[in-house]
Amino acid sequence: MKTESVLEKVLAAGHLAVTSECGPPRGAVPEKIREKADILRGYVDAINVTDNQTAVVRMSSFAACLIIKQMGLEPILQMVTRDRNRLAMQSDIIGAYSHGINTMLCLSGDHPCFGDHPMAANVYDLDSIQFIQMVRKMRDEGKFQGGDDILNPPKMFIGAAANPFADPFELRVPRLAKKVKAGADFIQTQCVYNVEKFEKWMEGVRERGLHEKISILAGVTPMKSVGMARYMKNKVPGMDVPDELVKRISGVPKDKQAEEGIKICVETIEHLREVDGVRGFHIMAIEWEQKVPEIVERAGLYPRPKI
Amino acid sequence: MITAERKPLDEIIDYIKPFSRILLVGCNECVTVCAAGGRKEVGLLSSALQMAFMKEGKVLDVKELTLERQCDPEYVEELVPLIDQVDAVVSMACGCGVQEVAKRFKEKPVFPAVNTKFMGASERQGVWAERCQGCGDCVLGMTGGICPVARCSKRLLNGPCGGSSNGKCEINPEVDCAWQLIWDRLKSLGIEKTYEEIVPAKDWRTSRDGGPRKIIREDLA
Repeated sequence: MKTESVLEKVLAAGHLAVTSECGPPRGAVPEKIREKADILRGYVDAINVTDNQTAVVRMSSFAACLIIKQMGLEPILQMVTRDRNRLAMQSDIIGAYSHGINTMLCLSGDHPCFGDHPMAANVYDLDSIQFIQMVRKMRDEGKFQGGDDILNPPKMFIGAAANPFADPFELRVPRLAKKVKAGADFIQTQCVYNVEKFEKWMEGVRERGLHEKISILAGVTPMKSVGMARYMKNKVPGMDVPDELVKRISGVPKDKQAEEGIKICVETIEHLREVDGVRGFHIMAIEWEQKVPEIVERAGLYPRPKI
Repeated sequence: MITAERKPLDEIIDYIKPFSRILLVGCNECVTVCAAGGRKEVGLLSSALQMAFMKEGKVLDVKELTLERQCDPEYVEELVPLIDQVDAVVSMACGCGVQEVAKRFKEKPVFPAVNTKFMGASERQGVWAERCQGCGDCVLGMTGGICPVARCSKRLLNGPCGGSSNGKCEINPEVDCAWQLIWDRLKSLGIEKTYEEIVPAKDWRTSRDGGPRKIIREDLA
């Protein structure tokens, strides 16, 4: 074991891992995080906490992770390179680790132009791959990015993202290979709706044996309505929602669309768990956390292993 | 070249409202090429300012001069015979030119008439696009001659983010994804394998992050 991470242990024991996520509140309302995390208790192995997602200011991921940790749950600290330079990132990482947070997800982050402060300077001192390298160096060499020794180095289980649906498609496997080489331990993918394309990507991943070097958790997000399906299809960059899926949801009455969305999500999990190299699922139920337990149960991923 | 765009007329008028005699100085280099502050634009702005003053019942005396290179002290000297005849200077050069004039004539207010934009190239008639950020440690040798520092919205050095779609950047469908361009170019050179070499964290000291920069050439100084 490289770390104390529960996620690492679940994966090492050969279980399909299940993670989900909480978006922190837009204000000093810690009870909101507690409510969301409580819903997930017992149904997931770890909970991602987003870092100013879509470039909108929220309670810091670190602070919200701490609240979740204090509840006896396992948070995954998401961190983007958009808002912090390498000094700020490393100090937050040792700070988080000092509070027992031992799993993180290294991202570049959405561009500020999407958020509530489009006028802000973006940092991007590092990109996501250099970020992974830095966290690995902190863990395995006990050194800061600048080269100095760290007292009690943070042992983080290192996650990264992959989007098999972004362009250029043929570069997406080589890009994963770079993240593996940089030192990522697990991957959470963009939401999978286009299963065929995902499988094609996985084929490329297996051809290079990357699935044996990194644990891939397939991302899934249940659709609440046909409106959401259309929005995801047309407005969210890097999202691939096939027409058949939009048609399927629009084909049921409005009050049944949410149920149809859940059904699709469960079917997707059932299908993907058979794909060689898929080691678990990252269920992103955006502002719909209350549905995660149902999805986990219906997909046959409950109960979660006791580690 | 350094590109620039003329400021809105009202902003320039605001600067010079208190004065009645100005020196309007153009530059014959980059801002001429990008049609922001050359001789022609000096003439146009001069007329526009005089008309605006006339509408207010005031008179504006404008002396016009376009220097060969406003960022070069040698050429800025050409302003000496005119400077005492004016209350203020309006420069149509890039920020470098404005500062050279301000440095030379400490007693005269100097105002910019253009917004300096970026180091770029002409894409077609009337269109310029950013190409270089002057990071001080050129990476073009490993990126197929396309700069991710200047042309990727997140200045990513190791490949495209998840927002690259149909060759375009997620921030705007008008913006090319730099990494799509790099990938295409590496492929056409037959060296796409080099993409998998990790580019380590950049040392930004050679860029603005290291403080204001200076080049000293001992052989020439």
